[in-house]
Amino acid sequence: MVATYLNLVVQGALLGGLYAIFALGLSLSVGVMRFVNIAHGDFIVLTSFLLLTLSAALKLNVLLVLPLVIPLAFAAGYLLQRLLLQRVIGQNALLPLLVTFGLSIIIQNGLLQGVGADTRTLSAGALDVASLQIGGLNIGVLPLLTFIVAVVLVFGLDWLLYRSRLGAHIRAVTLDVGAADLIGLSSVRVYAIAMGIVGITVAIAACFMGLRMNFDPTSGPSRLLIAFEVVVLGGLGSLRGSLLGGILLGIAQTIGGQIDGAWQTLAGHLVFLTIFLLRPQGLLPRY
Amino acid sequence: MTSPAAAPLLTIQGLSVHYEKFRALDGIDITVGAGEIVSIIGANGAGKSSLLKAIVAQAGSRVDGRIIFGDADIRTRATPAIVAAGIALVPEGRRLFATLTVEENLMIGWHTGRRGGLGLAGVFDLFPVLRDKRQQPAGLLSGGQQQMVALGRALLADPRLLLCDEISLGLAPTVVNDLYELLLSINRQGIGILLVEQDIRRSLAVAHRFYCLLEGRISLGGRPDDFDRDTITRHYFGS
Repeated sequence: MVATYLNLVVQGALLGGLYAIFALGLSLSVGVMRFVNIAHGDFIVLTSFLLLTLSAALKLNVLLVLPLVIPLAFAAGYLLQRLLLQRVIGQNALLPLLVTFGLSIIIQNGLLQGVGADTRTLSAGALDVASLQIGGLNIGVLPLLTFIVAVVLVFGLDWLLYRSRLGAHIRAVTLDVGAADLIGLSSVRVYAIAMGIVGITVAIAACFMGLRMNFDPTSGPSRLLIAFEVVVLGGLGSLRGSLLGGILLGIAQTIGGQIDGAWQTLAGHLVFLTIFLLRPQGLLPRY
Repeated sequence: MTSPAAAPLLTIQGLSVHYEKFRALDGIDITVGAGEIVSIIGANGAGKSSLLKAIVAQAGSRVDGRIIFGDADIRTRATPAIVAAGIALVPEGRRLFATLTVEENLMIGWHTGRRGGLGLAGVFDLFPVLRDKRQQPAGLLSGGQQQMVALGRALLADPRLLLCDEISLGLAPTVVNDLYELLLSINRQGIGILLVEQDIRRSLAVAHRFYCLLEGRISLGGRPDDFDRDTITRHYFGS
């Protein structure tokens, strides 16, 4: 009995690593640029399809295709911010919501048209089913790798934001866009780079999501919902909070799923609502 | 005080700034020589801040005329290019990034500027008190120390022309005295200074030349010694 629950908690925590990766990009765009990207889940799904296509075309393992896609994702994020989102942020909170909602619809329908409605999944070859015996627990290599990547990403981004020169510039622009522009620190450029970094997290999320779960062109909103819950649970703008929030959500879903299959998603939402009621500022609030 | 007879560093010709229907500046001409301190005085709303913002391309509205710095017209350039060319602004109200450390605030000046001149060590020599507080959030410093950070941030950009917008506002008189002493020593290193102040007496005491702005136009200009107090006051208030 205890072993069963220990196993559930470990599996849930590993799933939480994936959820944290979903949330990182959203956390950055909310925390830094102060806008909510409704298309975040759809960006992830779109990139999963890109990885699927490139992996098939190049006959390469998807984990090897990912490093090729990362620079593309940075460029895509940079240009998206520079050419489109920059025009709508700052003036009115509703505008970025509407624009990214529109992007979400465009991506979903574009994908339906382009690749069809079939459910897909990514494969990393033999790694898909590999597992390790640790103690009495059977731990999948892929979930473990996902979790390690999540931890590295969280602490890497935290270092970038709070210890690097670029991070100081990003925080400066977040604090006072007008002051940054006055002294020649271009907020437009800093925002574009920040969105490029969001793009990188989206590509990594897309890879590990596709390896772990099924996706189809309409999967985006459900991924967005998870990312949202994780960001709010962790505290807006807190990257370490996102890791904690992801783990909690993953454990809640896994234990809920064990009690009754129908409870998997619901248990996650209930834990979210409970914590949100008790601690609306999130677990590790930054702002 | 005599004005150094240097070639103009900044030449402004026929500068106008319009916000919607309102005209903040109406065809003004101003020059600042290399190594000169030029003071802009004027009442609230006379257009002083609009002038400084127009120089660094942050007036955010229709700007006409010519702003020649060195030998290029910089009016249509973006702010980062203007700062990188050697004009740095100490904004009104300091506008520090409160949760960033003193050092992070200062280094933004270095990153946006010409990457030469004093450097961080030079700024700490100028403001020794900041060296001990380099790792503290800038928002926790006293008003005078914050003004030092704002001035240091601008100096780290290694400017040839320093724009100061109301740097004495809200500070204790002794602190302001120290700041003005520093401005003089900065100026002696050959940096031109365009000083905007509401405090006429103090800014005229250090200026080589001055311009008085009244409702967007220059009502009086010259060397401070050339006019008596009454004449300046009359052109200041327009009575």
